[in-house]
Amino acid sequence: MQVAFDRDGILAAMADQISPELFDHLVELAALELDAKEAEYLRRELNNQLKAIDELAAIPLDESTPITTHGVLYTAYTRPQLRKDDSHPSDAAAAIMNQAPETEDGYLLVPEIPHEDLE
Amino acid sequence: MPELCDLPAHELAQLIRKREVSAAEALDSALARIRVVDGEPGCLDGSRADGDNVHAFITLTEERARTQAKTVDEKLAKGEIPGPLAGVPFTAKDIFTVKGVLATAGSRILSNFVSPYTATSIERLEAAGAVLLGKVNLDEFTYGSSNESSAFQPASRNPWDPSKVPGGSSGGSAAAVAAGEGALSLGTDTAGSVRQPAAFCGVVGVKPTYGRVSRYGLIAFGSSLDCPGPVARNIRDAALMLNAIAGPDPRDSTAAVVPVPDYTAGLEDGVKGMRIGLSADYDQITFFNHQTGKLESQPLPKEIATAVTRAADKLSNLGAQIVEKVPMPHTRYGIPAYFVISRVEAASNLHRYDGVKYGYRTKEKVNDLRSLYRKTRAEGFGPQPKLRILMGMYVSAAQYSEQYYQRALRVRSLIRGDFERAFDPKGEHKLDALLTATTPTTAFPVGQIYGDSVLMQYADQLTVPANHAGVPAISIPAALSSERLPIGVQLIGPDFSEATLFRIGHSYKKATKSEPWRAEKPKILRKN
Repeated sequence: MQVAFDRDGILAAMADQISPELFDHLVELAALELDAKEAEYLRRELNNQLKAIDELAAIPLDESTPITTHGVLYTAYTRPQLRKDDSHPSDAAAAIMNQAPETEDGYLLVPEIPHEDLE
Repeated sequence: MPELCDLPAHELAQLIRKREVSAAEALDSALARIRVVDGEPGCLDGSRADGDNVHAFITLTEERARTQAKTVDEKLAKGEIPGPLAGVPFTAKDIFTVKGVLATAGSRILSNFVSPYTATSIERLEAAGAVLLGKVNLDEFTYGSSNESSAFQPASRNPWDPSKVPGGSSGGSAAAVAAGEGALSLGTDTAGSVRQPAAFCGVVGVKPTYGRVSRYGLIAFGSSLDCPGPVARNIRDAALMLNAIAGPDPRDSTAAVVPVPDYTAGLEDGVKGMRIGLSADYDQITFFNHQTGKLESQPLPKEIATAVTRAADKLSNLGAQIVEKVPMPHTRYGIPAYFVISRVEAASNLHRYDGVKYGYRTKEKVNDLRSLYRKTRAEGFGPQPKLRILMGMYVSAAQYSEQYYQRALRVRSLIRGDFERAFDPKGEHKLDALLTATTPTTAFPVGQIYGDSVLMQYADQLTVPANHAGVPAISIPAALSSERLPIGVQLIGPDFSEATLFRIGHSYKKATKSEPWRAEKPKILRKN
């Protein structure tokens, strides 16, 4: 009852939409670091996923097809009212701060923040 | 009499309310079952499964549970009514927060995170008298359909055959419920993550309408798709659980202000006169052929297709009208659209994990904040979150957004349109529900698919359309395969029609009550 598949030796024939250079750029944007083996796996999977995603290109669409951001439509009756923009004391402040890996005098401690001088 | 841990939640709650058994005894029974069947809990750098146990748990909250059970018994002794789920042991997928308890999301990056607050749905279950046994395993950040991607190993196994996966991402939830480790579990469903494991483990899984249940305290994956939902051993228990967790919540602006009916009220009303649809678009399964680089289709496996047909016949015999050939032409685009939409939302939701405010921080010495971010995220995330972040960034980038993200959101409208036409009371089909298979296969062997992110995603192809559309759907046990593995069928209905889906599911259960497969137990319980 399984769908048969064979992954071996099949990728060479496929054109990669995400080149090694583009992949490195994405890794930088995503604030990640990858070793070579992990990078190879992830780039391969991204390119495979894009081949599935490309199926969407075949659907006739025009600008009149609306964008759906939530399946269920909210009406004036079902949409919750916004809360008043009030502040409330919390008894969780210490518990929240205790989660921080490093603190000093009630502040979160981080290494030096790199900055560039803007022209 | 069966052991207390094997009783349905509604029967157990009744016995406890009548004080024929205590909440403490019900808890002891569940804990004893956990000791017998669960084995080593999932832990960071843990060993692989031994092949004989369920391994549902990451965190067992035994002391907390004993205090809760005691409170229920004390209330009863004073003549107070402690709620409709009085003393019923339940588990929660470790993607929900509970104050003072680890909330790992199955990830190293949250492996030390102790939540300072409790999720609304858990607060509501406890207010209804239910007793939390602990947190159960899942795919890392819910990203998967097999549980194998959890950073907490051994990952959960299928109680019907521990060499098979329990499904995912709520695999720990479904496995625990099937094995008697709690009568109920709270899962989440973003593309089928409650329904698919429920089908694999032979239990009931519910994806409520989007906005029916608050997401407050749910660690986010795809914010426009995520739905907390019940996992139970029967429809009545699932309905009782949804009664407890549904409804608006001032802490979640997407929790709709829609009255919550008593979901148990109409269960015995039958299906006479209901219109239940079948669609050929759900009879085909699509998979990606790596050799040709193309998506290909093939019919559903025969045993699964037969389970759907048999369910339709049974419901027809009960007086429902079966409407065949309902067109759902955009079903096959559910996964491609999901690959885009869910990744964009996941990437956005995962930016918060940076080693500064909470969670894991790299132990390596770093010179600046950027290095801290990179090393922390590199070490803290497993391959599946990394894959989602990278894809989310790619398809939402300015130069590709029109081609991918905007297009996927429009396709989502088309998928929603399929359901609106099928359920339109003035339309051609006027369906009360659509009946489909839940999964394209039965539970697959551990290690067979994991690593192939495309094939794994296609495990959700029959469940994901309901998430795009926001409509409710349930998976109910329908048969056992020739390998003695559960097969589930799915009922999908219009917005906020959970009561109707429960009614159909309950009618089906009653009509098949005496069938031999109903009496079979998961292998792990047969052995013990």
